[in-house]
Amino acid sequence: MGRFHRHADGTVHEHEHEHDQDHRDVGDHSGYTDTGTDRVVVLETILAENDRTADRNRGDFENAGVVTVNLMSSPGAGKTTLLKRTIGALAGRTRLGILEGDIATSLDADELSGLGVPVSLINTSAGFGGECHLDATMVRSGLGRLPLGDLDLLIIENVGNLVCPAEFDVGQHARAMVYAVTEGEEKPLKYPVMFRACDIVVVNKIDLIPHLDFELDRFIANVRAVNPVAQLVQLSARTGDGIAQWCDWLLELRAECAVAASDRS
Amino acid sequence: MHELALCEAIVETVTRQADGKRVDRVDVRIGYFRQVVSDSLLFSWELLTEGTELAGCALVIDHVPAIVECRVCGSRTTLAVPILMCEACASSDVALLCGEEFLIASIDRAREVS
Repeated sequence: MGRFHRHADGTVHEHEHEHDQDHRDVGDHSGYTDTGTDRVVVLETILAENDRTADRNRGDFENAGVVTVNLMSSPGAGKTTLLKRTIGALAGRTRLGILEGDIATSLDADELSGLGVPVSLINTSAGFGGECHLDATMVRSGLGRLPLGDLDLLIIENVGNLVCPAEFDVGQHARAMVYAVTEGEEKPLKYPVMFRACDIVVVNKIDLIPHLDFELDRFIANVRAVNPVAQLVQLSARTGDGIAQWCDWLLELRAECAVAASDRS
Repeated sequence: MHELALCEAIVETVTRQADGKRVDRVDVRIGYFRQVVSDSLLFSWELLTEGTELAGCALVIDHVPAIVECRVCGSRTTLAVPILMCEACASSDVALLCGEEFLIASIDRAREVS
């Protein structure tokens, strides 16, 4: 990896440098000092606008007394199946709602509707060929279709992708990821941003372990290498094994956030 | 994949900070623990600025390495792989000093409105 830059004349180049050295090489290239420009220090996070919208979302959730979880994973790791199980297991225990993000189609939302909880669908295809993640503004657009005042817990099912969703705060209180044992042990090291962002890693499809070469201990060590504090839950959304632990985590989060909210008021 | 969305955010901030003046150069600081592909970011920048007042403005990416400080032996390690570990004593009890940056550092802006 190097440093690329494109100059006003259209040339692009790249170079390596150490962080603590100032290699901003303005003097190396003509055109900057004599063009009547000033360097204006900005120091603003690239995602500042998204973060402001995320804070507004979080404020709305808190005003309505709703705790929100951003659920992320690769495509096919089992988010929707886990949600179906979760809806069943939490029925009568907490008032759950689902915000469903998908690049196109309403297949996942259709699968979840009719299970007794409100589901709002956001298609991200309005973006440039379909955004690969939900951002705070997209989530905001889906909130109007949910009865927030009647909910205790909202799970936002993000677009299936192990890279992009990790970068965008959508206003959640916690981030969870579903990881299927079929994805192998090494992904935490290849996608550290996602694994670092998570408060909990749900290891799914454990019923398949006897048929795979997957080494659970090695996977857990890799998770710990990038994120020493994330919680880990092992389950099978297909058989229902371990679902209780995941639901306990959700209910505890809900209780913790409720206590924090009453402390604030 | 999300570089276009990130670039839209950069364009938005730079346009606001430009205050109607010409901008020749934008410096961004991106940490090791951010999965941003430089080529995609630069391609998106070109795509988004073409035909706008930012056309021809250089986007300069400053990659910030991930440096950890060991809480056991005090050594500092620049990570070559995303494993939070001290090179000197192999402890994983380390604090991340930098590497998660995601900033627009500065813009080179014309003094006068042209």
